[in-house]
Amino acid sequence: MQIILDFFREHIELIYIVILMIFLGIEIIGRVPSVLHTPLMSGANAIHGVVIIGAIIVMGKAESDNYLALILGFLAVVLGTLNVVGGFVVTDRMLEMFKKKK
Amino acid sequence: MGLSILSICYVVASVTFILGLKMLSNPATARRGNLIAAGGMIIAIAGTIFLYENDGKRLGNYTWIFSAIIIGSVIGSLVAKKVKMTAMPELVSFFNGMGGACAALISIVEFDYLYRANRLMDATSFSDVVPSGHYLAIIAGTIIGSVSFIGSMIAWGKLSGKVKDYSFKGQHLFNLVVLFFVVAMAVYTYFSSTHHANIPFFITVALAILYGVFFVLPIGGADMPVVISLLNSFTGIAAACGGFLYDNKAMLTGGILVGAAGTLLTILMCRAMNRSLKNVLIGSFGGGAKAASDATSTHGNIKEISLSDAAMLMAYSKKVMIVPGYGLAVAQAQHTCHELEKALEEKGVEVKYAIHPVAGRMPGHMNVLLAEADVNYENLLEMDDANEEFKSTDVVLILGANDVVNPAAKNDPSSPIYGMPILEVELAKTVIVNKRSMKPGYAGIENQLFYQPKTSMLFGDAKKVLQELLAELKNM
Repeated sequence: MQIILDFFREHIELIYIVILMIFLGIEIIGRVPSVLHTPLMSGANAIHGVVIIGAIIVMGKAESDNYLALILGFLAVVLGTLNVVGGFVVTDRMLEMFKKKK
Repeated sequence: MGLSILSICYVVASVTFILGLKMLSNPATARRGNLIAAGGMIIAIAGTIFLYENDGKRLGNYTWIFSAIIIGSVIGSLVAKKVKMTAMPELVSFFNGMGGACAALISIVEFDYLYRANRLMDATSFSDVVPSGHYLAIIAGTIIGSVSFIGSMIAWGKLSGKVKDYSFKGQHLFNLVVLFFVVAMAVYTYFSSTHHANIPFFITVALAILYGVFFVLPIGGADMPVVISLLNSFTGIAAACGGFLYDNKAMLTGGILVGAAGTLLTILMCRAMNRSLKNVLIGSFGGGAKAASDATSTHGNIKEISLSDAAMLMAYSKKVMIVPGYGLAVAQAQHTCHELEKALEEKGVEVKYAIHPVAGRMPGHMNVLLAEADVNYENLLEMDDANEEFKSTDVVLILGANDVVNPAAKNDPSSPIYGMPILEVELAKTVIVNKRSMKPGYAGIENQLFYQPKTSMLFGDAKKVLQELLAELKNM
């Protein structure tokens, strides 16, 4: 019990952000037409690629003799970049087609 | 100074994510929204590389970081540019898996740091030296990231036809047991000795991967979009765990935003397909549907139509509505379809498309495919408008769609798809159905439409049939 209470007290600021973001996330896409489901999913997919920041931090702080951190960190940055770049490019490609003939 | 600028970078990034996502849900602003979010992402990444400080030290290993980013960018943009529009669902799944793997790898490295720092300590357990929040963020990131990664890879394999559906009796119970052990192992790791906490940790990772595999394996190929959307929100949550870990607000906002929006999108998709999420995940749909169709199987006679008759019929009608479906997407016949449309229009026939919200391989996919083939946006009718137009339509040409035109959804309360909004094609004078065979659609039920007197069947691969129809029209 004490652990849980401490957890809340220490992270109250982050918990606020989490709660507000949950409502915001639901609110802003609440009225999306089904036509846009696919591009929206793809766009959201690109946004969670923000996890790459963590990968960069892991990579950047790895000491030169910590091979596990170096190798896994390197891999994480490559995969994260794939997620970000691929995600945004493919979403743009999809949306470009919507626009062309309008 | 540097750190303050970095905080501003993260604020800007968070705002662009929110703004981008909002704009993405409106057709007029969607493309700009995507670019804005991408811009925010670049700011966040650049800020992290050059301004981030870890215990007062700037980040190092720039060569590694930049080469990794270059490799990822080149592969990512090449794949994204080259892929066929019909392969879009599996590509999104693939990229999602990469994000999940990234989150899992970060957490694994962070766990390794903890383990190395504490393994020689004489504290009795991990819980004595590691704050619970820190551990929770690491373990949750690891588990959710792993499940998301392996699940997305399986979904990718299924959509590209490399992995077959697989389920066994009692699989749901098995999954629950595995999930229980994942959580149990995660807790056990926290309370195990600092000397060898790495062993239960890696067992947790292995179990999470096992769970991910069996979570997605039994779900049918046509339900994959829903699963991908769900895994998409999983990855969002895994990214948010990273935000907790590094006290990084950009990761936290971006991750939770996608987690929440992704969950809602999953539910919206289910609703558009008239399914509940539980139904998709447990996958009882196929079984129940089979029983229902057996009970109501009142087979009639089907009528086939020859290609030349079909071409003739369409050429001499006033208005033709095309109902494209999954079969058209699979056959990649969208371009041929557009040519047929043009050929008919030259003969003075009015041609429109009736798009069901879940036509194609995932919601909204058909609009992308037809847009790729240069079909005029104004000729695409949404369901409600289309249902109005059917009354004055002479010929409806159904291309590989099935469940979305099944009248059972309207008149048969015992049908598993009862209540699903459909395209009411039977309002039109004649209906031509192109299908590869009489096999039922993914709901697994018979379609009474095919037995109606005004319906005629035109069997064959959508692309081949369309090409032949086109040739017939040109010879006329």
